[in-house]
Amino acid sequence: MISPVIAATGDGSVAAAYLVFLFLVLAYLAIMAVKLARIEREVVQIVEDLDRREAAAAGAAPATRSKEPVG
Amino acid sequence: MLTTAFALVFFYAPTDADQGIVQKIFYVHVPMAIVALCGFVAGAVLAIAHLRTGDRRWDMRSYVAIHLSIVLAVGVLLTGSIWARQAWGQWFVWDEPMLVVFLIVFLLYATYQPLRFSIEDPEKQARYASVFAITAGAFVPLCFGAVRMAENLTHPQAATMTTSGPASVSQTFLVSLLGMGLLFVTLCKYEMASKNATSKLRSLRRRLAGDDEFGALPTGRSAAPTL
Repeated sequence: MISPVIAATGDGSVAAAYLVFLFLVLAYLAIMAVKLARIEREVVQIVEDLDRREAAAAGAAPATRSKEPVG
Repeated sequence: MLTTAFALVFFYAPTDADQGIVQKIFYVHVPMAIVALCGFVAGAVLAIAHLRTGDRRWDMRSYVAIHLSIVLAVGVLLTGSIWARQAWGQWFVWDEPMLVVFLIVFLLYATYQPLRFSIEDPEKQARYASVFAITAGAFVPLCFGAVRMAENLTHPQAATMTTSGPASVSQTFLVSLLGMGLLFVTLCKYEMASKNATSKLRSLRRRLAGDDEFGALPTGRSAAPTL
């Protein structure tokens, strides 16, 4: 609940207006982040499928690409 | 830039003698409105480029500009209502041309996404959406030009407020406007990069799916343009 003092001076309204703007920008960025995460998952899936395909083409050998960290 | 602008709003720009602190909403509301309307017009210009060249990348740019402008227009309506509630005692004034015209423009563009979604063929979707963007984009300056010429405006005019007050008001307003413009361009680039990556992924999936069952995913109907 907004206090009468804040409501009377309009501080709450100014804060609300700037928070609306902040919320819109953050919501937009959050949606874009979810979309980018989905793209990343798809890229990983494609790479894994390609690995499987290369392994199958090499003649039922284990995956040729090393999964161990470098260094 | 926007952080600087908001710091100027609260620590540099003077408090309005008439409206008090509520006038500070002006520094976020007006730049958002100007950038949103410019975005709609930019969407129309990009749509013209699409119809002239037939290159679907222009359609995607037009779509992104309009999409972001719709988001900003929501912000304009909400912040404007908050200001109107304090200044006029009402959330919305129906006999104020500026407000009603902005609402009409917003509702007009709110039909843009459903229009795209209703057309399945990507080529046709891009063409129809471009025609819509050009028509609606031409409507924006016409409407606001007519409203400017109208009499009995109670809605404050940005030009009057920035030129009649102290220099700190116009300086803060210009920094806010520049910040909002840069935010718009940055978010446009961000969304374009995301859309391009999605399109390339789909294209890669289609190419790989040519050999076997790999990647055979349904693309589905979408309002977003595809390359």
